[in-house]
Amino acid sequence: MCLALPARIVELREGDLGLVDLGGVRKEVSLALVSDVVVGDYVIVHVGYALSRLDPEEAERTLALFRDIEAQPEGPPPAAGEAR
Amino acid sequence: MSPVRPGYVKPLDLQQGVVDLSHGGGGRAMNQLIEEVFLRALDNPLLRQGNDGAVLPLVAPPGGRLVMATDAHVVSPLFFPGGDIGCLSVHGTLNDVAVMGARPLWLAAGFILEEGFPLADLRRIAASMGKAAADAGVPIVTGDTKVVEQGKGDGVFITTTGVGVVEPGVELSGDRARPGDAIVLSGTIGDHGMAIMSKREDLNFDAPIESDTAALHTLVQAMLRADADLRVVRDPTRGGLAATLNEIARQSGVGMHLEEAAITVKPAVEAACELLGLDPLYVANEGKLVAVCGEAGLPALLEAMRAHPLGAGASRIGTVVADDNQFVQMKTRFGGRRIVEWLSGEQLPRIC
Amino acid sequence: MKYVDEFRDGEVARGLASAIAREVQPGRRYHFMEFCGGHTHAMARYGVTDLLPETVRMIHGPGCPVCVLPIGRIDLGIQLALEQKVILATYADTLRVPAGGGLSLMKAKARGGDIRMVYSSADALELARKNPGRQVVFLAIGFETTTPPTALAIKVARAEGLANFSVLCNHVLTPSAITHILESPEVRKYGTVPLDGFVGPSHVSTVIGSRPFEHFAREYRKPVVIAGFEPLDVMQAVRQLVRQVNEGRAEVENEFSRAVTRDGNRKAQALVSEVFELRRSFEWRGLGEVPYSALQIRAAFAEHDAERRYGLTYKPVPDHKACECGAILRGVKRPQDCKLFATVCTPENPMGSCMVSSEGACAAHYSYGRFRDSEAKVHLAVQTA
Repeated sequence: MCLALPARIVELREGDLGLVDLGGVRKEVSLALVSDVVVGDYVIVHVGYALSRLDPEEAERTLALFRDIEAQPEGPPPAAGEAR
Repeated sequence: MSPVRPGYVKPLDLQQGVVDLSHGGGGRAMNQLIEEVFLRALDNPLLRQGNDGAVLPLVAPPGGRLVMATDAHVVSPLFFPGGDIGCLSVHGTLNDVAVMGARPLWLAAGFILEEGFPLADLRRIAASMGKAAADAGVPIVTGDTKVVEQGKGDGVFITTTGVGVVEPGVELSGDRARPGDAIVLSGTIGDHGMAIMSKREDLNFDAPIESDTAALHTLVQAMLRADADLRVVRDPTRGGLAATLNEIARQSGVGMHLEEAAITVKPAVEAACELLGLDPLYVANEGKLVAVCGEAGLPALLEAMRAHPLGAGASRIGTVVADDNQFVQMKTRFGGRRIVEWLSGEQLPRIC
Repeated sequence: MKYVDEFRDGEVARGLASAIAREVQPGRRYHFMEFCGGHTHAMARYGVTDLLPETVRMIHGPGCPVCVLPIGRIDLGIQLALEQKVILATYADTLRVPAGGGLSLMKAKARGGDIRMVYSSADALELARKNPGRQVVFLAIGFETTTPPTALAIKVARAEGLANFSVLCNHVLTPSAITHILESPEVRKYGTVPLDGFVGPSHVSTVIGSRPFEHFAREYRKPVVIAGFEPLDVMQAVRQLVRQVNEGRAEVENEFSRAVTRDGNRKAQALVSEVFELRRSFEWRGLGEVPYSALQIRAAFAEHDAERRYGLTYKPVPDHKACECGAILRGVKRPQDCKLFATVCTPENPMGSCMVSSEGACAAHYSYGRFRDSEAKVHLAVQTA
């Protein structure tokens, strides 16, 4: 919900602010709603505020899920005897 | 008899001075403004005559026709990456004349200046116009200047009018697209609009995006010479590619099928659009063309366009189809289909 | 753009489309509601429907804060701008929404209202700093994604002593809306709207976490798959929902694991609880009064609450009688079932909430999808040079 984009932190600034980069476009956003972010991290930005840090490993895992047509998604393993 | 000495006229302070109401008064002050700012930048014999109107020769060949176009320019900010209101006003009208298939011959320019507008900026703008006109080989032969009170104008508004000549047999019109025709785009979309957006104070972002403002008349002439069964040529300015394609579809009573993968957008433009929730299809361009030609003429048209510096990125983006609903349909890069609707007002950034 | 482009890959989409087609059981129909307006928009813009099997039907939910903002609340904003002469700062989305008396915020601006578009609540604060002699009111809208930024702005205003800054709060809550839909007669009693599961909102979940959705899975036995914002995310979520339905499961799965955790953003949540509290009831355009579904500013921050400062009284304004938005938001009707759709009601002249924002079901269908309604299906045959 609500337009939000993953952008890379390129600079940390005073006052809980940071400069982020999305495809070459840079904007100063507030980092006040997230903690422990560093330069190089990707954050989800909405209306000028970073809302969460993007987990690169989870991103790769999700991409692999799309490609693997036999993959089992997150959740309890199938019960014994269930076709898979 | 004592000789009458010429009165001393203090030159305009082009560094620190500003426009004041006397500059629009029709008197000596206005003449001084015209002489020291406009004539200096736009200089040509016709303009130098200093008459109320320019007398021009009738140059149309037998069977040829005249094209006239006019455009008002109110862009803000006045100076943006890749251009300014000056060259934009020259390019815009040249292009309007050019897409009718005409060779532009002369331009006229009217200025509405706001009291307090810095003369240094005015000089910059005039110089930019002079250069754009000179580069295009089309002189500004007559003009007008008015000054309005402070607060009643946004710095400067410029209206340009252009006149050109169409050779006999050239017919370019929005109602000439037929099912089966090819739709061609000359290059990347969204550059101008996003360059302007990036300078808006209330949006505050930094992007390496430059306006694509350019005079397209020599490109159109090259396209006409290619003998490619060219039927429609238009420049997708306000409202973007979407508006132009929908206009043509409506005028011709046809539909269109487009391939999103064939429409190119510069990465920074795409990113800036994403950031603001805008769709590049609806963003203004000032140096691009859309063309419709008979299918058989496509190879020749593309070759001619790609040989010209402003058409290097030309590609076919779709086909005209029969459709009573006149939908402009597009197959997305993702694989699904959508229509490219005709937006009413200007696109606004969105949070949702 | 990293982490965006990969999630829009057309080739991967084809693979996913075949996978879903293989998993749907023959003779069975699936109905999933994508709650979030952002998902509605993404699906329409990329034409995702073309890649889903015919037996999967997506129902568009009410997760569009502009769409569900009642006319009466915009009227309050217009009143503040025209009568109290405040500087009204608003997100662009709200500018064109038609309000009472033939006005909109944009039209009120043309009438002299000092209405300014802002990209962020921080920009509204800046307006207050730059105009110490004027009152600045920020028209706050949005679900849980947009609420923390408003909370932060109020706290900063308090810390800086910005006495001329206040907020007209219209923040609404996702779980309440979902409950409302699940409790609606068509879903609960009559079963006229079969609802097999939900595609959960992306960014709301980054803030509130996946935990709140476990309630729906448990209580109503409906699977929820929280999906990322991109079209591949939505398709993967549909695939997981189909699988859950086939296997008779009703769980919360998190497809957007790269940004959503079970707990969510605790820092943001704490900030929101500090500044806001629940309203007993709030009117949602198209849905009527929904209990405990919206937030108001706590008394502790009263000086920054525009409703208190200006003694505003809310007056509900009914929608057009023939408008079917209520039914459409609950999934009972589709946009094309409404008599007003594409005739009188268009994005230029929206009559109801679903047409008002580009994410509303009717607007999305009108702007991207209505060619599917036309009888003649022209075969897509496009070559590229």
